[in-house]
Amino acid sequence: MVKKLDKIPNDSETGVLTIERLRQTPGFPDEKDLENGLIAVIECDEDIPCNPCESICPNAAIKVGNPITNLPVLNFSKCSGCLKCLGICPGLCIFAINKNYNNDKSLIYIPYEYYPLPKKDMIVRALDRKGNYVCDAVVLKVLKPLKKQNSGLVGIIIPKEYFNIVRNFEF
Amino acid sequence: MGLAIGGMQLNNELVIIGAGPAGLSAAKEAAKFGVKVLVLDENDRPGGQLFTQTHKFFGSKEHSAGIRGFQIGNRLLEDIKKSDVEISLNTTVYGIFPDKTVMFSVLNEKIQNLQAKNILIATGGLEKPIMFKGWTLPGIMGAGAAQTMMNVFRVLPGKRALMIGTGNVGLIVSYQLKQAGCEVIGVLDVMPKISGYKVHASKIRRAAIPILVSHTIKEAKGNQSVESAVITKVDNSCREIDSNEFEVECDLICIAAGLQPFNELCWALKMEMEYIGVLGGFVPVHNDNMQTSIKDIFVAGDLAGVEEASTAMEEGKLAGIASAKNLGYLSEKEFNNKKSEIIERLNQLRLGSFGIEREKAKKILLNSCNF
Repeated sequence: MVKKLDKIPNDSETGVLTIERLRQTPGFPDEKDLENGLIAVIECDEDIPCNPCESICPNAAIKVGNPITNLPVLNFSKCSGCLKCLGICPGLCIFAINKNYNNDKSLIYIPYEYYPLPKKDMIVRALDRKGNYVCDAVVLKVLKPLKKQNSGLVGIIIPKEYFNIVRNFEF
Repeated sequence: MGLAIGGMQLNNELVIIGAGPAGLSAAKEAAKFGVKVLVLDENDRPGGQLFTQTHKFFGSKEHSAGIRGFQIGNRLLEDIKKSDVEISLNTTVYGIFPDKTVMFSVLNEKIQNLQAKNILIATGGLEKPIMFKGWTLPGIMGAGAAQTMMNVFRVLPGKRALMIGTGNVGLIVSYQLKQAGCEVIGVLDVMPKISGYKVHASKIRRAAIPILVSHTIKEAKGNQSVESAVITKVDNSCREIDSNEFEVECDLICIAAGLQPFNELCWALKMEMEYIGVLGGFVPVHNDNMQTSIKDIFVAGDLAGVEEASTAMEEGKLAGIASAKNLGYLSEKEFNNKKSEIIERLNQLRLGSFGIEREKAKKILLNSCNF
């Protein structure tokens, strides 16, 4: 009897996006976009008819346009890091990153829809896009789900080298 | 809104069968223009599958994107309460006659008839089963059933779940099982690629739930209920590769193999039907006003071709205004204006690589329509 079913490599067919692929999408920042504080990072790679990120952005930084199946284009210089798009995205595929939170740490906001929510200062286990453990992280901020921005958001502090790797956590 | 059990009116302008997203949207829309609407539903609460859906909907603002299914359901019920729509729950419809007599019973008691001027059948979809050795063991159920247990009745259907199928239902319910505290040991698909949205798959992959494509279930084992599953790898022609077989412990197996239109009332009415695989099976042929081959009888939602709740709501609105026009509450011009707005929103939902096939299938249906 097998205990776990996790040793089968099929990432590209099962929704795990590679950095190379993400760099070809118009919502994913390149290195220089990430130098100036907190910005949204959109990991949307499919022509789904969907545009609430565009409607909710107070700075008109996100453009989906017509047709509604376009991938969202993020104008990183207009993004204020307000987190509104993270809370509304039905695909939970928008994160926000402040790469230079301090000298050696980055801050990443992750949409989080499990209860209980973690508490500030808690040490959590940061996970990558496949749910593998990457490093420990410290919870900086917990935003409860709101009526209109329907997912909880959790900001965690991680070592800088993992800012493009960590996309989930558990505790 | 009044619960019409017992005191049901005998003459109704529009009788809607099914109080799900399509039926309720139609009711709201038709009532807006003065149509007297009665909605019949066999469940003890209205809303259909909207109340099992705890995830946020896609689409645009006009489709309530970013809002969760049950929240959309609550809004719809609020609107219905403010209207003159009557809903009769626990009401099973057994048959409809071409003269628009509806035969039903409330709480399975005495069979009654009522006469309608227009009828909308919005009975939704049924989960398709897949069969394998041991498939009747307790603990094996449709993914939708597991979703209803968790999200409506707050009962966890199992502790260690195996999901069969990677369409959106399979992916979403896997995520919701994990949210509810169930360990999801894996999601299988016989095809070499997931069939649902990548974003839904990404969500469960980063929660450490494995997805095994080119794998299928061969057997479920257990004494009183399911205790384990035998899984096998398949080749590109979906043939089992016996050397790649293994057994895994689980107490819940969910089947998410797609939905089919719940079309029995249509068959009994001898409606013109067409088999369209992309839309889930046999679908009542309908024109672009959701009118079927039988005069004054309309269809909408998954029954008219399995899609999703957002499209079901738009089709419901379309059927609602079509009936309002049919009954003389809307002029041709008003109707055409409303209709073009709805068609625009429907077209949006059928864009992209997922929607295009459904769009084409709906076109085929329209082309085969000679009324």
